[in-house]
Formats: sequence, C-alpha cells, structure tokens
Amino acid sequence: MSTKNWPLWEVFVRSKNGLEHRHCGSLHAADEEMALENARDVYTRRSEGVSIWVVESKHITASNPENNGEMFEPAQDKVYRHPTFYDLPDEVKHM
Amino acid sequence: MSEEQIKSLEEQFEARIARDEKIEPKDWMPEKYRKTHIRQMSQHAHSEIVGMLPEGNWITRAPSLRRKVALLAKVQDEAGHGLYLYSATETLGISREEMYEQLHTGKAKYSSIFNYPTVTWADMGAIGWLVDGAAIINQVPLCNTSYGPYARAMIRVCKEESFHQRQGYEIMIKLANGTLEQKEMAQDALNRWWWPSLMMLGPTDAESIHTEQSMKWKLKRKSNDDLRQQFIDQTVPQAELIGLTIPDPDLKWNEERQSYDFGEIDWDEFWQVVKGHGPMNKERMKARVNAWENGAWVRDAAMAHAEKKQDRKEKKAV
Repeated sequence: MSTKNWPLWEVFVRSKNGLEHRHCGSLHAADEEMALENARDVYTRRSEGVSIWVVESKHITASNPENNGEMFEPAQDKVYRHPTFYDLPDEVKHM
Repeated sequence: MSEEQIKSLEEQFEARIARDEKIEPKDWMPEKYRKTHIRQMSQHAHSEIVGMLPEGNWITRAPSLRRKVALLAKVQDEAGHGLYLYSATETLGISREEMYEQLHTGKAKYSSIFNYPTVTWADMGAIGWLVDGAAIINQVPLCNTSYGPYARAMIRVCKEESFHQRQGYEIMIKLANGTLEQKEMAQDALNRWWWPSLMMLGPTDAESIHTEQSMKWKLKRKSNDDLRQQFIDQTVPQAELIGLTIPDPDLKWNEERQSYDFGEIDWDEFWQVVKGHGPMNKERMKARVNAWENGAWVRDAAMAHAEKKQDRKEKKAV
C-alpha cells in the first residue's frame, strides 16, 4: 500500500497574453513537473490557457477571515483616496 | 464557544446566504453545513468517477473514429469533473484518501444510475441523451449554490457538459434512422434507461429528507418532483422527433397543466439499487477498488522519483 500521499498543488492559468494568471483549482501530484502536466489535462482541455503556474498549497499564506475587521476595515473610512471625494465646480472639464 | 455565541454566529451565517453572499473555505460555518457539503460534494465526485465505467466499456468498440474520439473526450471530461469536485471538497477539511476510503468501503454513495449495465452501443446514446440530460437539470442550479468552491466547480462542469448530451442524442438519431435492427436497438436502450433516468432526479418530495435544509443553503433551488417534470417535458418531444416511444403507457399531455402526466415510478427498484442490489453495484466497486490498489505501486514510484530528484537538486546546491 502507498506510504506517502501526493501533495496538493494550486493551479493558476493565464487564459491569454495580456491577462493575469487566475486561480482555477487544485490537484494532487508527486512533483512540480507532474503538477504542470496534470494541470494541463485537468484545467485546459479546451484551450483555456496559454500559461500555467503551479505552487504547492502548503507554500501559500492566507489571511484569516476572522481578522477581516482589523485587516480590511481601515481602508473603509478613507474616502479621500477616491476622486469623488473632491468637490469641483461643474464647469471644470477634463479632470 | 457558548451555545449563545454559536447561535448568533449561525444566524449571521444564514443571513449571509440569504443575501446571496458566498461562503469560502476559511469562513466560519456550522458543522452541519460542512458535513452536508462534504457528503453531497464527495458523492457528486464519486458519481463522476464511477460514471466513467459504464461508458469506458464501449470505447474500444465504438463504431467509428468520430464516435470514438467523442466518447473518449466525454469520459476524460468525467475524470476531470471528478477531480474538480474532489479538490473543491478537500477545501472543507477532508482528505482525498478519506473520500476514496468512504467510496471503496461503501460508506459513501454515488449516483445509482451507474449500477445498470451498458449492453449495446445504443446505451452510449441513451446515457448521453437521458442520463447527462437529467444530470444537467440537477447541476445547473448548483452554479449558484452558496459554497464558493462548489459553485465555481459546477460552472466549469456545466460548461463542458453540454456536448455530452448532444453527442448522445446524435447517436440516437443515427440509430433511429438506420436499419430496423438499429432502430430496435435504440428503442430498447430507451426502454431500459428511461425509468432509471427519472429516478436520478431523486425521491419524491414527500420522501426526500434533505430538501428543506438544502433549499436554504441553495444546494437545491427546485424540488425533485419539479425537476423531474421539467426533464420529462423537455425529453418527450425529443423522443417523438426521432420516432422513438417513451416506455410509459400512462404518459399523456395535460392541456390544463401544460405538462405531461406520467406513470408510477417503481421506487422499490430505486431503493434496492441504492442499497447495493442493482445489477452492477458489485462490479463497479470491484473495478474502482482494483484500479486504486493496482495503481499503488505507480503512486509510490512517482513519489520515490520526486524525492530522489529533490535530493539530487539539494546535493548539487551544496
């Protein structure tokens, strides 16, 4: 019987040049080469991609939704970071 | 956490779903939500994987190259769909090995339809047309379900699945327009697959234990009986169009309801198959377990190779 299980990999696919790689799912593979080959077969059977990234899931550090308050709320009251915060007369053009 | 705290968290959680917000893997969720999703999603994955077996049976005997590439692509999609769904289920904290274990020991179920044999080529037509047709009706509403990874996997599955039903119906058209024997073969396949396909949409609403909770969590948008009616109403004209007869003497258009009335479903047969007494239950499980066990040395060898490569890389770096 198997002694060690294949690790989990996250798959990111660029659908065409000019666009970013986007996370599309995960899969199991013994190493990075196999992860790439499996990603090709599992996630791009219909020409969905021109480039694939794989990264072992354990290398991803994620924020914790329980801390979303201190993590993301500070940005909420900084409306002055948006152009609509500033009052301009209607006559002003091109701004 | 106190009982009160949990209750308040649960209320907030239900409110989020009611607002159509998605739930993501690291979000807090009630244990029951997690368990229900693990059960439904893993069973869905198992169904895709076991679903390869009845069709795999005909790949080498497909009547033409056109049919063969299509069937191969369809079975490959099913493997892909199983993999999307397994990895989506893993985000809920169950391992792939645990899920396989549950399938192989019979603890987890898969769709009962795959416990019927595929005895003629026409069965490939009937499966694509009816079984995938019923599956699409079951699956489309899941693209909007509340659990993010499940919804995303289902969008991918549904997009890919539309060719499955068309390739099946095309097989039926060809047979129905062929020689007398070919037409009889198509009719025979319809006769055998019709009732099990209706059963795929689940027990009647009165018997279905999960419906209410599943509706709340958007694991279900319509009741089993409504989905079944939808399937019948859309499939009957497709049969008529190619000159095949639905094997139900009670089937009749109801002008008032603008729907078909249909005969009694043999639910005893359904429960017998669910409980493991269908014609192919043992065979299917044997094939799965053998594939897993006979593949163990390949998985081990790949792992050993990966480790060796890693070692070599590290030694070079020193």
